[in-house]
Amino acid sequence: MKKLLILSGKGGTGKTTIAGAFVHLSGAPAVADCDVDAPNLHLILHDEVEPIREEFCGMNKFVIEDSLCIRCGACLEACRFDAIQRNTKGIYAIQVDACEGCAVCAYVCPVQAIREKEHIAGDLLLSISDRRVFSTAELRRGGGTSGRLVTEVKNRLFARTSEDSPIAIIDGSPGIGCPVIASISGVDMVLIVAEPSVTGISDLTRIVKTARGLGTRIAICVNRFDSNLNKTSEIESYCREENLSFVGRIPYDPEVVGAVNRGLTIVEADCEAAVAVRKVYEETMQCLGLKEI
Amino acid sequence: MPNNSLRVAVLSGKGGTGKTLVSVNLAYVSSPSIYVDCDVEEPNGQYFLQPDDPLSLTREVIEVLIPTIDPVICNGCRDCVEFCRFHALAFIKNRPLLFPEVCHSCGGCERVCTRGAITRSKRAIGSADNYRSDGIQVISGAMNIGESSGVPVIRHVLAISNNFPEETIVIDCPPGSACVVMESISDADFCVLVAEPTIFGAHNLRMVHELVCRSDKPFGVVLNKCQEGWNPSEDYCVDHGIPVLGRIPYDPLIGQLSSEAKLVSREYPATERFFREILSNIRKEVAK
Repeated sequence: MKKLLILSGKGGTGKTTIAGAFVHLSGAPAVADCDVDAPNLHLILHDEVEPIREEFCGMNKFVIEDSLCIRCGACLEACRFDAIQRNTKGIYAIQVDACEGCAVCAYVCPVQAIREKEHIAGDLLLSISDRRVFSTAELRRGGGTSGRLVTEVKNRLFARTSEDSPIAIIDGSPGIGCPVIASISGVDMVLIVAEPSVTGISDLTRIVKTARGLGTRIAICVNRFDSNLNKTSEIESYCREENLSFVGRIPYDPEVVGAVNRGLTIVEADCEAAVAVRKVYEETMQCLGLKEI
Repeated sequence: MPNNSLRVAVLSGKGGTGKTLVSVNLAYVSSPSIYVDCDVEEPNGQYFLQPDDPLSLTREVIEVLIPTIDPVICNGCRDCVEFCRFHALAFIKNRPLLFPEVCHSCGGCERVCTRGAITRSKRAIGSADNYRSDGIQVISGAMNIGESSGVPVIRHVLAISNNFPEETIVIDCPPGSACVVMESISDADFCVLVAEPTIFGAHNLRMVHELVCRSDKPFGVVLNKCQEGWNPSEDYCVDHGIPVLGRIPYDPLIGQLSSEAKLVSREYPATERFFREILSNIRKEVAK
């Protein structure tokens, strides 16, 4: 099974729109949305099955048992994350959002007043329909450890799909940090959806360096290419210089917003952008070594 | 000196909704002001707010503490490897081996080592630039490529911004609703949620709305890229009684200027009033 991950560096370049189109065109039996911070792909896939929901425990966090606490302040002193506060009454408490679960406070407490507590970081969702297996998750607000949640989303997908399936399509998250790094591991190729702007190019080079550092193959397409033709040619030259596969350009098309708001993938709408996305899809499949699916 | 003290955090669940557009232009219309870029994975405000004098830009390297293990003193007891919750230490060839990018700098290994074989050293993970741009003090954090967490960089730039308590401070947050966003809004007086007119936009608006509700901070929404037709994000605001601070229309010229990293309220004066209106609505909401 070839695993294709769609990324962008910068947010809002059209990652999910393109991922949705690819899912529609390929009929991929394995699909994941790893943008656990802001998952959207399900909104245009319409898998009419109730997802199997499972709570995901991230790192355990710690709590102070006030009845045992002797107010020595050793924990507050030792915590590198400033997660422990002493209120005006002299009571010590751990702020759950700031706690990273390192266990140093429990280690330094002379009276064992600090104990571990399970912490639910997110919810894993798995939909198994006739058409495909779709795996995603929602990070609980303010949650950490999203890298581990992303890894779990992929593990659950691959546990339920056959290695003989031709392709898996994975929608990633913006940025270059831990969830992105976790999503890249083990994929065959990353398709980066670039935006032709000064900031888009800056973000593109950052995500390319991140993916390269992990040794992954990279293909690039430009969305809304006609919004800045100079920047589009800059991206194309960058791809040539860096030896990255350039797989096409997609025009700005007001129909895209219309299709998304009707809950459709762009290729289900009859418009200019849909024609261009089809070409990008074909080029990408060729890069992946898949002729026809 | 007039007290303009106001800390505004600008956020959005989804990327690319116009967070940076709103942040840099709010900083511009409230100048003299401070702009803080906490989107350290993709720091983009610097392109819109160029330094008046590149030579006056100061760059601080941001470092975190990591352990150094003396292989001669270490007796291979494994206590540190077993203590580390982040699996940053592996036990290879009878000695602990550190994976620095996984280390959270908690200092636990150093504490549990009974032989004193672990000392502290520093590792650079990012940088903070500080400079002036047309009346705006710009503080821009950047995480190094390949790092997994930008939180220490965010903490650092927010700490720098605390040196300006009397000013209007605009904080450009990372996208999403994870821990890095919580960190960015922790000291804010008011949160601005920027949303697009799509079902994606509305769905992610719901996620950040839940986040700001949890943080107990006052907030309002800016509707960006508004067009004719249905705006699911606007419906969400109406349904949940969220104040709409302003509407920025979809305008190819705004898109064009932004793609060249131009400040629209300076280069396209007709847009300045949108940001002035948003600022005045924020002040009204804060005064409530």
